[in-house]
Amino acid sequence: MTVIARNLVWGVRRRTIVNDVSLTVAEGETLGLIGPNGSGKSSLLRLLSGLKAPQSGRVEIRGEDIARISRRALARQLAFVQQNATTDTNVSVHDVVRLGRTPHRSALAGWTAADETAVATALTRVDMADRRDQPWQTLSGGERQRVHIARALAQSPRVMFLDEPTNHLDIHHQIEILRMVRRLDVTSVIALHDLNLAAMFCDRIVVLRGGAVVACGTPAEVLTESLLRDVFRVETEVALGPDSAQPHIRLKSDPQAGR
Amino acid sequence: MTDGGTKPGGAGTLALFLGLVLILLVLAVAFATAIGDYRIGIGTVFLAVTNGLGLTAADIPPIEQSVVWDLRLSRALVAALAGAGLAICGAILQALLRNALAEPFVLGVSAGASTGAVAVIVLGIGAGSLSLSMGAFAGAFAAFALVALLSNGATSGPNHTILAGVVASQLFNALTSYIVTTSGNAQQARDVMFWLLGSFGGVRWPDFQLLIVVVLIGLAICLLMARSLDAFTFGDEDAAALGVPVARIRLILFAVTALMTATIVSMVGTIGFVGLVVPHAARYVVGPLHLRLLPACATVGAVFMVLADIASRVVAEQQVIPIGVVTALVGVPFFAVILYRARPQT
Repeated sequence: MTVIARNLVWGVRRRTIVNDVSLTVAEGETLGLIGPNGSGKSSLLRLLSGLKAPQSGRVEIRGEDIARISRRALARQLAFVQQNATTDTNVSVHDVVRLGRTPHRSALAGWTAADETAVATALTRVDMADRRDQPWQTLSGGERQRVHIARALAQSPRVMFLDEPTNHLDIHHQIEILRMVRRLDVTSVIALHDLNLAAMFCDRIVVLRGGAVVACGTPAEVLTESLLRDVFRVETEVALGPDSAQPHIRLKSDPQAGR
Repeated sequence: MTDGGTKPGGAGTLALFLGLVLILLVLAVAFATAIGDYRIGIGTVFLAVTNGLGLTAADIPPIEQSVVWDLRLSRALVAALAGAGLAICGAILQALLRNALAEPFVLGVSAGASTGAVAVIVLGIGAGSLSLSMGAFAGAFAAFALVALLSNGATSGPNHTILAGVVASQLFNALTSYIVTTSGNAQQARDVMFWLLGSFGGVRWPDFQLLIVVVLIGLAICLLMARSLDAFTFGDEDAAALGVPVARIRLILFAVTALMTATIVSMVGTIGFVGLVVPHAARYVVGPLHLRLLPACATVGAVFMVLADIASRVVAEQQVIPIGVVTALVGVPFFAVILYRARPQT
């Protein structure tokens, strides 16, 4: 499903955090959002997923303004994975993933075979199927993140928004999760910190600074030495892979070396 | 509306648990009806109940008929409903505020009710036309309105809402103390104190009729929103991402719990700890899903309160201990265990 943002503006009091952002996410595409801390990545994700209402501008899915779609109808199409969401309640892995079926169930409807299939498939996807009865409190940070992603998958969404989903994962699971998200038959927008992972797994990358889009394009187009110096204030050496599509970024330890 | 029949603790277990607790409730109510300072034979008690139900027309002394039917049975049933209502409210607020220590009075409702009651008892506001219950109810709603105002219609997040509740409680408790110390005499102060700790002494059938309507409607609304309550497990934003209209659900549920709590408090005073302890106990048995938890809370709360009422009447000869004292004596050790278990794991 295509997601289109038109001139989104959002802020707190007088501070503008998202400043006139327009972008298009194509059907099935994996779009990376990168930018320094405080550049508005999380806020933009919340605007795109309808969790926050923009002060001006709008977000469209299938040509319809999401502000006019009910929360429930929206949640059947869009899933959102927060950073580090946790709970004190003693729930099991299965209980948490079941929550993903919430928008598909009416107030008193029973638990259907389709619900169970969606939950089981989601658990298998994140490699947690054999842990379904484990209590939430006993999971590591990375396992919790995978369960959150499973819950989002159980929503059977057409579009997924992930706010730094690989934050707590070891490198193996970072790559696993991103590869999995990319292979899914869904449109996804991922806020990421790791530039090389963004280059590896995103079809296109949007670079934010101060709440505004400063670059947008394929990883090779966007991740250049001059842009990284400009936006992230780091000196790098960018090498293009053999197919010249996937740039590899090597950080330089000595800032003087690039001059 | 059964949930997860495949997993341990499924629908069958819940039905069994509810059945057992309901049997316990019937026994507890029967026991509460049979005992008291005025000794009545068990056969007479049974006949008095069946007489009251219109099943028999046995010839028993009118005083005994009246004691059993009008005093004891109505009292036991009101106690059951009050316990059920407070436990439901506790479970709802613990979920909405994402706080294991939340209970029905956390939003200042009891403090407001006290002020309203004191205004009637001590200041004589309403000059007799306004009953203590109505004063308490008005006070409770004033406190709830203040909390709703301070927390922006409860949209400012759990901690902000709890703080607003603390502020309202402090304000109304201060008002209560001020009224009692400046205007009350010793007897009034004692009356107020007794009322604050809760008592089923004055309740009659009209109280039961009002309370059963409020509690059953409240329970029904909460059950309809049980799925949405589950979605609050990881916070408000997460619930919104799962398709829950967060602001609306929260305001409705806060209002429902405030209404239930205010009705109960205005009838029987502020009975603490039931709303805190019972949801935790019930969660331990039936798990955290609200479609299972709420019925369990209702039944366990009812049994707990009836038993507490019995204890309050029999522990001391010729005296009635305030019900709040009994529930707290049971509740405090439980509370201590929760605190102990909730300590940071470092």
